[in-house]
Amino acid sequence: MKVPVEWLKSLVELPAEVTTAQLADRLTMYDLKLEEIIGGGVSGPLTVGRVLAISPEQQKNGKTINWCRVDVGAQNVDSVPDAPGDDVASRGIVCGAHNFAVGDLVVVALPGTYLAALDFEIGSRKTYGHVSDGMICSTTELGLPDDASSAAGILVLPAGSAAPGDDAIVLLGLGDQTLDLEVNPDRAYALSLRGVARDTALAFDLPFADPAEAVTLPTGDGGYPVRVEDPEGCPVFSTVVVTGIDPTRPTPDWLARRLTQAGMRSISLTVDISNYVMLELGQPNHCYDRAKVSGDLVVRRAEAGEQITTLDDVVRTLTPEDLVIADDSGVIGLAGVMGGASTEIGPDTTDVVVEAAHWDPTTIFRGERRHKLPSEAAKRYERGVDPALTLAGAARVAELLVELAGGRLEPGVTHVGTVRAPAPVTFAVDLPARISGVDITPELTQDVLERNGCVVERDGATFVVSPPTWRFDLNDPYDFVEEALRSAGYENVPSVLPTPTGGRGLSREQELRRRVGHVLAGAGLTEVTTLPFVGPAHLDRLGLAPTDERRRQVLLANPLSREEPGLTTTLLVGLLRAASLNVGRGHDVVQISEVGRVFLPAADEVAAPIYGVDARPTAEQLAALDAALPYQPHHVGLVLVGERERTGWDGPGRPAAWSDAVAVLRRVAQVLHVEVAARAAQVAPYHPGRCAELVLADGTVVGHAGELHPAVAAEHGLPGRVGVGEIDLDLMLAAAPPIGPKPSFSTFPVAKEDLAFVVDEAVPAESVRSALAAASDLVESVRLFDVYTGDQVPQGRRSLAFSLRLRAPDRTLTDADIKAARDAAVRAAETEFSATLR
Amino acid sequence: MSAPNSDYDPVEVTPLHPDEIARVTSEALQAVTAATTLAELKQVRIDHTGDRSPLALANREIGALPPQARKEAGQRIGQARGEVAQALATRTEELEAVESAARLLAETVDVTLPTDREVVGARHPITTIQELVADVFVAMGWEVAEGPEVEAEWLNFDAMNLGPDHPARTMQDTFWVASSGAAADGPGAQDSGKVLRTHTSPVQARSMLTRTPPIYVVCPGRVYRTDEADATHMPVFHQVEGLAIDEGLSMAHLKGTLDHFARAIYGDTMTTRFRPSYFPFTEPSAEVDLLCYVCHNEPSAVASCRTCGGEGWIEWGGCGVVNPRVLVACGVDPERYSGFAFGMGLDRTVTSRYDIADLRDLWDGDVRFTEPFGVGL
Ligand SMILES: [Zn+2]
Repeated sequence: MKVPVEWLKSLVELPAEVTTAQLADRLTMYDLKLEEIIGGGVSGPLTVGRVLAISPEQQKNGKTINWCRVDVGAQNVDSVPDAPGDDVASRGIVCGAHNFAVGDLVVVALPGTYLAALDFEIGSRKTYGHVSDGMICSTTELGLPDDASSAAGILVLPAGSAAPGDDAIVLLGLGDQTLDLEVNPDRAYALSLRGVARDTALAFDLPFADPAEAVTLPTGDGGYPVRVEDPEGCPVFSTVVVTGIDPTRPTPDWLARRLTQAGMRSISLTVDISNYVMLELGQPNHCYDRAKVSGDLVVRRAEAGEQITTLDDVVRTLTPEDLVIADDSGVIGLAGVMGGASTEIGPDTTDVVVEAAHWDPTTIFRGERRHKLPSEAAKRYERGVDPALTLAGAARVAELLVELAGGRLEPGVTHVGTVRAPAPVTFAVDLPARISGVDITPELTQDVLERNGCVVERDGATFVVSPPTWRFDLNDPYDFVEEALRSAGYENVPSVLPTPTGGRGLSREQELRRRVGHVLAGAGLTEVTTLPFVGPAHLDRLGLAPTDERRRQVLLANPLSREEPGLTTTLLVGLLRAASLNVGRGHDVVQISEVGRVFLPAADEVAAPIYGVDARPTAEQLAALDAALPYQPHHVGLVLVGERERTGWDGPGRPAAWSDAVAVLRRVAQVLHVEVAARAAQVAPYHPGRCAELVLADGTVVGHAGELHPAVAAEHGLPGRVGVGEIDLDLMLAAAPPIGPKPSFSTFPVAKEDLAFVVDEAVPAESVRSALAAASDLVESVRLFDVYTGDQVPQGRRSLAFSLRLRAPDRTLTDADIKAARDAAVRAAETEFSATLR
Repeated sequence: MSAPNSDYDPVEVTPLHPDEIARVTSEALQAVTAATTLAELKQVRIDHTGDRSPLALANREIGALPPQARKEAGQRIGQARGEVAQALATRTEELEAVESAARLLAETVDVTLPTDREVVGARHPITTIQELVADVFVAMGWEVAEGPEVEAEWLNFDAMNLGPDHPARTMQDTFWVASSGAAADGPGAQDSGKVLRTHTSPVQARSMLTRTPPIYVVCPGRVYRTDEADATHMPVFHQVEGLAIDEGLSMAHLKGTLDHFARAIYGDTMTTRFRPSYFPFTEPSAEVDLLCYVCHNEPSAVASCRTCGGEGWIEWGGCGVVNPRVLVACGVDPERYSGFAFGMGLDRTVTSRYDIADLRDLWDGDVRFTEPFGVGL
């Protein structure tokens, strides 16, 4: 809301010493937040001038400049012999623009003028071979709001609107300042000077005279006939008629200036008055050209397919949801949003019907959205306009039409409908102090609320407060707390640390997720966060089969990009994208991980229900909400490109391999104390022979790790063999035991036995290892330390070498014990895997 | 060797003469001292204690002495041999120490050689700041609550007192999950009843719906708005919201909590200020500003401060007393309990602290962005 300070001061008598900045600061603390202070940026001899002569002069650079003689009245110098035309008292000025002619009134910044828009003081200077004694200004240079003339160049004033030598700062109101205030949705009343003035008076503890109460309300029957067929949509509708308007009368400067400063364009006197009253009182209104209206005004819903040409010359097709004003000719206005072209005020309009109504905010809001037609009127109606103001609004328009346009107020008014008084609210007198924490006395609360327009009754420890008709935000007790606190001062809220009774710290899942984050970093991985938006092309690049479950995405109704219509089902899309970016930027080693969510739609998608807000939903209703949501587990993903161990002076490097990916995820499992086993699998986007699925003890597959399929690596521009992996962290956390394994070890001496077996290549090493481990109670641990294929073993077989540690919990092993355990291990390998001992 | 002779005078046997023993002993001790390497010492040991050494030879003569002289000579020789053996042991120890020190010195390396063969990992600052914030509140006795990112419309909006016609519910601001069967952007596109949560407030609602007061929870997490990605906007960002529900809570407790939070993150001199504002889920509502952590609103520095644009304060977030309507929708008795809530962005906390001009750096995954943070902030 743009509030011209001069206009505001005409409604509240602010002490002279209050600066605009102080005013703005105070209003900000009254919930009318300052966006910016506009204007006040011009000082010095800014003067109206008349162009006496123009001499276009072509320059070497191809540009043509105008060398002008300008009459600036009392600011003229006696003689400018060099300037074009007769050498009369004037000034010579060089101007680069061309949109003005001899005889035009322009604005001249004479030497010494400061223009804030340019942050520059104009001087007399030599340019293009002449001494330019000032500057002819554009709207932009003057810091005026952009309008149609800004693009054209120089601001040309209407003929007869001023005389050469007039002070243009006063004429254009450039000395005036305007507050641009942010009006929160609950303070609709502040979309008017009336509302801002009331809060200003409150903020500075000044008396306030409501301008709406200064309007004389016309009475009597015989007003323009009106039928309201939809009182829900239109609770109140008022009209007055003004005739005999002189359409040639211009808008007075003061009014045009206030409009301009408030951000509206001056159009014609009648339209300007209509807009002026909307800004002043906050009551949107509409003037119909009475000559163009035929028959009664009817407020009703539109019939499907009915059309209207709105004031912006757009033909709009209506639906029964649209609330309209119609006459015998059909629809002539879109209620609360925009008027129709057929009854528009024209250059010959002398008689008008002034309408000021109250409309249902929701209807207006939806209509505005449906027709994509935001307007100043709709902006006010959708937030809430004082319903008691319709007659005063129409009467104020009529008053100004009489005063400024020479019109005559016709006897009789139309006032249909009734204003519903807001319901009174009851609350304890100490509530504002209790909720705000500020020492707000009941007396202060009562005073503040009364000055806000409330009627306050105190019954012992209770207030019964009836809010005024313009306050739609005062419905609940806490709403009045805010009003009281606004006056007591938000800056006076003390700082008191609450003392909760003691929390339980992080949840187990939260603590475990942190462990995982540290393990990943400890394993040399750099964490990234990636955007979750993904499309079919990304999944194609992973080589997912058409039937792959991960192609079923949670889709968005309004994705930012067609290429990324839904949410990701795998972290690998984002991680490979990030890996590509790093490689593209010249990184040889890119070892990255992400802990983030993926989004997996339920088998049968159902809509999430919407409940009321008057009571807590039942447990079943809440369960239904959760059941409608997709599965959104946290995953851990990783990509390993380049050397896992760097080449150095003390040894060669080692490139990342499938096994590194498995190793990292095994470490994740280890810190969670979850047992995972690896099993060969063939899954996209992995190398078909180098992928492990990771399996929990109960058979649940929690994810995969291995080498990225070389084709997928190439597709992403990744060099060499790439390790990748991804697991469902939520499944892992669920499998994590509440406490880890207990430490248990024997202090008796160890016996070490190394055994190498030749087995079929297809036999998994882990199967042999676990068979050896289970062969005897004395086996403490088994570790594979070598794999060999080649000349020493037959084709199709390989040698696996294990080191066994044998130990008893209760005694030193005898040679016989050791032999028995060794024999048992050898026997197990021989019988289970047809292994031969090497 | 001659047979024992009872008349034999030991003094007359030259090798056993005390002067002679003293002489060879002295010679031996001098040789031990003169040895400078273990190898030399080895030769000294052979020369002065070996079978052919003067002391060994003298010892051999003892047997020829009469019994009464034997004891005296034996004692004299034994003492001399012990003296020499002791000197040898001491010298051996000394020379071993010297030689070991020399050997280690020869193993000297260039300690400036790099030790960078292991790949070093790092954690994303957004992860770390979320943990940091969580820790500040956990230390105050709060708990950390979480919820889904694809969220029920009712929890994201209705329960938070954002009614059916609230502008935030439009597809202009909020990502809607497509409704199966409905064309995107067509009628029914929003019928899924599911959105990408626009704030972490639905976690507050979930907390109230699943816990009984007193409730003190903080909810860090990812949220979504339909902003195209550019230097200052992202469609996904991170927030932390807090909610406290207890008997007797007021705006003053909100202020105290935020002051404490601000000091924990920005240092002990930090303070906050309230400005009135409006949010559907709080009443009264306030914007909370942080004292500018660059100029501290000092008169001499504030005017030229680029961090706060000369304001002296930096917008931090929104907050207020929980609107009783929200309490009712979430099953909390507003007659008995009151509460406060607050929320602020975390991405900007990171970018402003490290002068990161482009928000997209947080999301691109360039390892050079994350690496400098290591595992902390
Ligand atoms: Zn600053």
